Amino acid sequence: MMVHYNEMFEGEAVREPYARLSEWVRTMPEDFRQMKQAEAEALFRRIGITFAVYGEGGDPDRLIPFDMMPRVFEQAEWRRLERGIKQRARALNAFLRDVYGRGEIIRAGRIPARLVYQNDAYEKAVVGVVPPRGVYSHIIGIDLVRTAKDEFFVLEDNCRTPSGVSYMLENREIMMRMFPQLFRKNHIEPVDQYPELLRRTLESVAPAKCQGRPTCVILTPGHFNSAYYEHSFLANLMGLELVEGADLFVDGEFVYMRTTQGPKRVDVIYRRIDDPFLDPLCFRPDSMLGVPGLMDAYRSGGVSICSAPGAGVADDKAIYTFVPEMIRFYLGEEPLLNNVRTWTLWKDDDYRYVMANLPDLVVKEVHGSGGYGMLVGPKAVKEEIETFRKKIEANPSNYIAQPTLALSTCPTFVEEGIAPRHVDLRPFCLCGDRIELVPGGLTRVALREGSLVVNSSQGGGVKDTWVLSE
Amino acid sequence: MKLRISHETTYGYDQPIRNLVQSLRLTPSIFEGQKTHDWRIEIPGGIRGPGFRDGAGDWVEGWTLRGPAEEVSVRISGHVETRDTAGVLRGHREMIHPLAYLRSTHATAPDKALREAAMSLETTGDHLELAHGLSALIAAAIAFRPGVTETHTTAAEAFALGQGVCQDHAHALITVARLRELPARYVSGYLHSTADGQAHEAAHAWAEIHVGNLGWVGFDAANRCCPDERYVRLGSGLDASDAAPIRGVAMGTGAERLAIRVQVEEMEQ
Repeated sequence: MMVHYNEMFEGEAVREPYARLSEWVRTMPEDFRQMKQAEAEALFRRIGITFAVYGEGGDPDRLIPFDMMPRVFEQAEWRRLERGIKQRARALNAFLRDVYGRGEIIRAGRIPARLVYQNDAYEKAVVGVVPPRGVYSHIIGIDLVRTAKDEFFVLEDNCRTPSGVSYMLENREIMMRMFPQLFRKNHIEPVDQYPELLRRTLESVAPAKCQGRPTCVILTPGHFNSAYYEHSFLANLMGLELVEGADLFVDGEFVYMRTTQGPKRVDVIYRRIDDPFLDPLCFRPDSMLGVPGLMDAYRSGGVSICSAPGAGVADDKAIYTFVPEMIRFYLGEEPLLNNVRTWTLWKDDDYRYVMANLPDLVVKEVHGSGGYGMLVGPKAVKEEIETFRKKIEANPSNYIAQPTLALSTCPTFVEEGIAPRHVDLRPFCLCGDRIELVPGGLTRVALREGSLVVNSSQGGGVKDTWVLSE
Repeated sequence: MKLRISHETTYGYDQPIRNLVQSLRLTPSIFEGQKTHDWRIEIPGGIRGPGFRDGAGDWVEGWTLRGPAEEVSVRISGHVETRDTAGVLRGHREMIHPLAYLRSTHATAPDKALREAAMSLETTGDHLELAHGLSALIAAAIAFRPGVTETHTTAAEAFALGQGVCQDHAHALITVARLRELPARYVSGYLHSTADGQAHEAAHAWAEIHVGNLGWVGFDAANRCCPDERYVRLGSGLDASDAAPIRGVAMGTGAERLAIRVQVEEMEQ
């Protein structure tokens, strides 16, 4: 039986950061809790935040359950995490600059060439293009889990267009509205500066050809996209135009936005469209979502695109295993955050080990996401394991395996009252002229008892995440 | 050889179009085998946009045309001095790692027949010899015959038909080369047909295969040879669509008619 670190309790004793919250929970009358839970749901419905987190699909009108019990970090814990996250973000961007340039890390034999150059996310169209300040991934979502007091692991990096930050902001907003007294009693670091920081980050990577204050826009695939709410939410908070491909056009060297006052030059595009759809002249010729000629304007320095096309090569599950190596190679530092031990099934030794130990391991598809197509060995019945074994045998290189981690738990409101449920954390790191991180991030919680899968498509919910100030 | 090239591509539209955007790779490459003089790209009514050399070493030029227009012409003219380098792309500056050209695309996706063909060749471990062998194999398997295949024909389809044009030969050769772990790419360009040669379209395409120490080497399976001084190289890509010399999109609803006129002549000495 695995021992799970409970973030609130040490045996019977309440851990320091949760001291005041514990009192709040203990004295809360049952009918008050139910009333507040209903109120929270009504608030979420009213603002219309019903999209699936991280592009997982599913019913777009379904509400993701919000749990009123916050998840708390003390200042010192957070500072350690923050240093580790920023370190990782610097290394990932250094890696991208390198593999679209001279490829020193490959020449040095630290990462296999094939893993990079034959990667589907590697865009040869941007080789040799150095974006402003050498930054390729401007918003990095790093998924973390905790297994002990001082033990955190990175599950995966998201260097393309990580979503979920609107939940981080809305969870806080709703908690403050419903329980203002909690925020008077606890000293909690704010998160509402995120939109301002994001806007500053975008402005800081405007192209050299930009004159005056940069014009930034958010490019969305449209309202049918599962994260459209987040696109319009962020545009609103940042005071930026939310545009679709058809609202933009290329004329000469630059990109313009159609407005009622005539065309307006656009300097920075925060795109929430995947690479293949950005420009039919460079990528998929049948794409109607993008802007024809955008890539030529980008490659010649007429416009910035965040994140840069091709940034996805840094967050592949196979590349993931090399991030500690990147940190050593580019920064000359030891990694502050651990990677999870990962077996790659295209290696013979790893394959043999994994096949012999399936009931103990978690197996994931290399390009999978959203908690689909994965095997959690200890939670699976024999037939599930055997079915999965056949899938692996058919295409071993499509899989990686990891040990089953003893994910920490956080008290969560459930039918019977309050009970421990497993959680993870996605902080959002911003990279421009500076590297910025708002304290906290998005906490996802597996609402089913014993479940280790926090994805919203698999019965996951969200929590407000507190970082206590000193 | 000194070649004079003129190339005009004219698009006619039933309904006037607006906001045409094009990305052109219509400027000869710079390497030991060719040197360009007085190269001109013109699109009457168009605005020249960004021009830059990309990671593959190709000169890319963006053009836009606001319209409305019922006809758009892309006019190219210039002189190129060529030299036979036995197909070797020597002195070409590019940054993309050859392994990036092992990826297959829709047009170059292998099927069983292409796999068997690729694996039928025995090799001594000499990559150049293997590349020549694969080129000869494709030349023998696909007879040159215009009008049987079209733009969207894949390597597997052309190979099954046993007939095709230079695009099909290039696609099939790229496919079998990649199956043998040799990076391969599609090259677009021009070919000067000498008086005694067969009749060819002057706009031409062939394959390049990356072989060990030599680097990129051209193979024209359609003509059973390596590019020499009759060839002018423009640009490359994973397949014909990726290497297309003209890519464009315009706003409009009507049908499009295409007229292409290419002349490649030897200049008086």
